[in-house]
Parts: sequence; structure tokens; C-alpha cells
Amino acid sequence: MSDETTTIEETEDVADGATVSHVFDRFEGPHTIGSSTRFWAGFWILTALAFAYPLTTNEYAVLTTTVLFVWVFLSLSLSVIWGYTGIFSFGQTAFFGIGGYTFGVIGINLLPITGGTNLALIAAIVLPAVLAALIGYFMFYGRVSGVYVAIITLATTLILELLFSRTAGQQYAIGQAQLGGYNGMTGIPTLVLGAGPLSMELDALGMYYFVLGLLVATYLALRYVLNSNYGYVMVATRESQDRTEMFGYDIRLVKLQVFTVAGGLAGLGGALYASTGNFISPPVMGLAFAALPVIWITVGGRTTIIGAIVGTLGLRYFGNQLAAAGSEYATIFLGIVLLVAVLLLPDGVVPTLERYWERRFHDGGGEE
Amino acid sequence: MSIDRDMGSVAKESSEEFILETEGLTKRFGGLVAVDDVDYRIPFGEIRCLIGPNGAGKSTFFKMLAGRLQPTAGRITYKGEDITALEPHERARRGVSIKFQDVSVYPNLSVRENLRIPVQRYREGTGIQTAIADLLELVRLDGKEDVLVDNLSHGEQQWLEIAMATAIEPELLLLDEPTAGMTIEETEETGDLIRSLADQGMTVVVVEHDINFVRQIAEMVTVLHNGKVFAEGTVSEIEDDEDVQRIYLGQE
Repeated sequence: MSDETTTIEETEDVADGATVSHVFDRFEGPHTIGSSTRFWAGFWILTALAFAYPLTTNEYAVLTTTVLFVWVFLSLSLSVIWGYTGIFSFGQTAFFGIGGYTFGVIGINLLPITGGTNLALIAAIVLPAVLAALIGYFMFYGRVSGVYVAIITLATTLILELLFSRTAGQQYAIGQAQLGGYNGMTGIPTLVLGAGPLSMELDALGMYYFVLGLLVATYLALRYVLNSNYGYVMVATRESQDRTEMFGYDIRLVKLQVFTVAGGLAGLGGALYASTGNFISPPVMGLAFAALPVIWITVGGRTTIIGAIVGTLGLRYFGNQLAAAGSEYATIFLGIVLLVAVLLLPDGVVPTLERYWERRFHDGGGEE
Repeated sequence: MSIDRDMGSVAKESSEEFILETEGLTKRFGGLVAVDDVDYRIPFGEIRCLIGPNGAGKSTFFKMLAGRLQPTAGRITYKGEDITALEPHERARRGVSIKFQDVSVYPNLSVRENLRIPVQRYREGTGIQTAIADLLELVRLDGKEDVLVDNLSHGEQQWLEIAMATAIEPELLLLDEPTAGMTIEETEETGDLIRSLADQGMTVVVVEHDINFVRQIAEMVTVLHNGKVFAEGTVSEIEDDEDVQRIYLGQE
């Protein structure tokens, strides 16, 4: 009962807020957390702090944080396809890996010629998206659903891992790029953006700002889409495919589109990963890595993109700290956190906190 | 007097008169024949009730009309067009809308979100909010727009689903047991609602058990039994029909 009242009150609050800041109207709705002026203030303050962070620390920490951010692209892609559209893909790492390798191959070959990596970055989004479209077409137009989608996507990423692991030896090269087998591909260029005199090679700091900027832009873009008509169709597809198609929506097409875009988003993450570390290897497409984004967003809250971000940054951060302390602790920690989250907070940490916050806020000073 | 049962002779020139026609529609599940060679025609603008004992094939018949199930044999013609092979969403876009027997709203979303999903396909911008407000009023859920659908009463959920089915502005509305689990007053209000939809020009086919409700909304009734059309006629004809009484009693 108190829940309902809270929701109604909240909506009125939104309506008031809307007159103040019309700008964010299209970024707000029931499918994304946070709509108050307070939320947006907090959001921009956090963003500003993240931009200021490199000033307070050393280059190594900046690099580690950049990699943390890179993983969020993978999580967001899973949140969009699984959390919002209800399709459990166990193989988003396939697109992440293909994105990384695509960036590596094209970057290594074209950098000496064009002096930039623009094309490599774009291809690293397009190629995984095309692969996703292909797999998605056969799955969704073949009426494959539920656990079979999980099996097919997992098989895809495992097969790719296997294929790339078998590419040791000189003969496995695409142009100048050695695929390198299980040890991976080295010598992947850092990002060189722009062209001609405006060309700019991103050092560690530049990469940090670029990835952070992309992350903020991606977050806002996703909020826009998720609160648009299209976002409603995604959520409707998640809630009931049968009901949704009876309203005239072609849910096969919707699932294909979302899966394709999610593939591209994961590919972007892979490209950023490969260029940040100048390296990529097959294990990023292996079983252990395939499970990671599932755990991150399950703990964070898969039906909210903030949950995906918080879960990824939080777990990855503590994982890194523990890995530094002793190699096995990290995995055990992750397992325990997943168990606790699934048993005690099935919706994830962020949605649970949000409900708690709303109730508290309502009980405290409800006049607002 | 019962309705002309010799359908074959009229079927050919009838497309302009009938919004929906089925010819030899059949559905087999393994050895079970759920719907058996059904020829069925609904004139534009009519409210038609479909009754029959449990297992008569009513819901299976409906699911074939909506495209949820593919028939084993036969043909479905909607407004003169053969829609037998069309996907559910293609039928919906042509104006066929259905409320299933089991309430199938989106239980984890609010009433407003539930309504918005069908509405936004046919409206734009501020028209979406206006249409949602109209629908809320139509099914008396105004004031509950932010309630999670799971927290609504069964009757309210049924109404919500009717509202959602009408939100896509269909020409043919299929309602499978719209009053199941409703109180007497709710049932009566549902009848008024269906009549008002028909007054706006909608053709409505209703699967129903409650004969009082049938009398309230429809003139013509089709009885399905063992997957076949058993009888067709006015409500009072069907009520007086001894064969129909026998199949219903035989059930008990």
C-alpha cells in the first residue's frame, strides 16, 4: 500500500520536475531509475568527479580504471538484451572478443597506411553487430527462445575461443596482424582518432577521458531509447512475447534489432579493451569471462542500466583488489556474492536500494 | 427457425457482408481433433457469442483466428483476404484483436504502462496520453494508473485486458471468457461495455458460459461441440433446443 502511494507521489514529483528541466523528459520513465532533479544533480556531480579523478592519482590507477569502465560496455549490452528485452544471452563475450580482434587486425594493418584507427574502431562495432544479426536472425526467426538462446550464444563464444586459440603460428596472420593463438594478439595500436593535422593519439589519460565520455554518452543514449516507444516494446517483449505480438508488434524483428545493437555495443567494449591494453587473447571469449557480465548485472540489478554499471564497477573493483591479494580469493568472493545476491536480493542491489530509498524518503519528508 | 446451414453456396459472394469467414477450419493435436471442419461466418458489426461445453474447441478456434495456433487444415478469410498464413502481428495490424481466456496483461508493469504499449502503436505524441486517459475512463480504472497490475482484482485485470485489446482500434474483437471470475455487477458492466464497442462499429465475438450474459449482449449464438458447429441461432432458439440442452447436461 505504501508502495503504491510512493509511486503516485513520485510521478507527481516528476511532473513538477519536468517543468523545471524539460531537457531530461525524454531520458526519464518507469524503466530507468532516477528522475528527480536531485538524481540528475548527483549524476552530473559524479560525472565531474570521474573526470577530475586522474588529477588525484597516478597513471597506473588511471589505466586500471579505464579497463574497469571498458567492462561496463559489455555489461550494458547484456542488460539491454537480457534485462530489458528478456533474452538471456550467455555469449555477449563473443561480440566483445570479435570487436577486440577486429580492432586489432584492422588497426595493425591500417595504422601505417592511414595513420589512424578510426576505421578500425567503426569496424569493431559493425562486424560484431553483423555477426549478432546473423545469429539473431536464425534464432529469432527460427522461433528459438528461452534456454536454447543461452545455449546457442554460449556455444558461439566457446567455439570462437577455441578457433582463436588454434591460431598459433606464422601462417595465421591477416595482413601484418598475427593472431597469436592462445597467447593472443599483441602490438594492437592505441586509439588514434581524427584525421590529418587534427589526428590525435590517445595516451593513458586521453584514453581515460575518451572511454569515460563514451560511457556517459552511451548511458544517456540508452536512457533515451529505453524511455521511448521502442523501450516500451522491449520491456513488453520481456514481460510477454505472446501478448505483445497480438498488439501488432513484430517481436522477432524487435529481438533481432536489439540483439544486433547489443552485439555492436559489446564489440565497442572489445575494441576499447584491445586498444587500452594493446592486447587481446581468446580467454575473453571463454566460459569464465562469459559468466562474468551475467554475475555483475545479476548482482547490480539487470533491469536497470545503473544496476549494470554499479554491479560491474563494484565487483570488478573488489575482484581486482582480491586478485592482488591472492589468486583464488577473487573467484570465491564472486561466487559468494552471486549466491547472496540471488538468494537475498533477486532483483539486484540497485533496485532494492531504490525501493528502500523511496520508502524512507516518503516516510521522512513526504511533503515535497 | 435455424440459420441457413448450407454455407457453401453463399460463401463465394459473401465477402462484402462478412468480416470473418472460416472454411473447413481444423486443428488436430496428435490423435485429438480439437476443431473439426468448422465453417463459420460473422457479419460486420454483429456481437456473436460462441458457447459450448468444456473441451468443445472454442479457445483453440479463437487461437487459430488470432494466429497463435496454425490450423491443420482449412482457411480463414478476414475482410475478403486469406489470412490463414499470416503472423499474429500481421493480423493485429489488419484489425484483429484478442483477449485470451487466461488473463494475459503485463503483471509487473503499471496500469498506465500496460495501456501505453498497445496505444503507442496507433497514436503519437500527446495523443498517447489522451488515449490512455480515455481507456482508463472506459474501463473505470482512472485513479489506478500507477498501480502494478498484479495488485488489481481479477475483474479489474479482465477489464484492463479488454481495454488493451480495444486500444489498437480493432475492427474484429475476440473476447475469450471476458467475465470469468467477475461479480454480477461487474459482469453486467462488461456487457454494457461490449455493447458500446459494437455501437462504435466493432464486430465482437465472445466465448461465454453465462447464458444470462449471452442474452444481455447477443442475438445470435453459435454452439460448438466436439470441435464442430453443433447449432446456430438466436439466443432463445438455442436455449429451447433440446439437443443443446442434452450436450450440456451430458457434461455434468
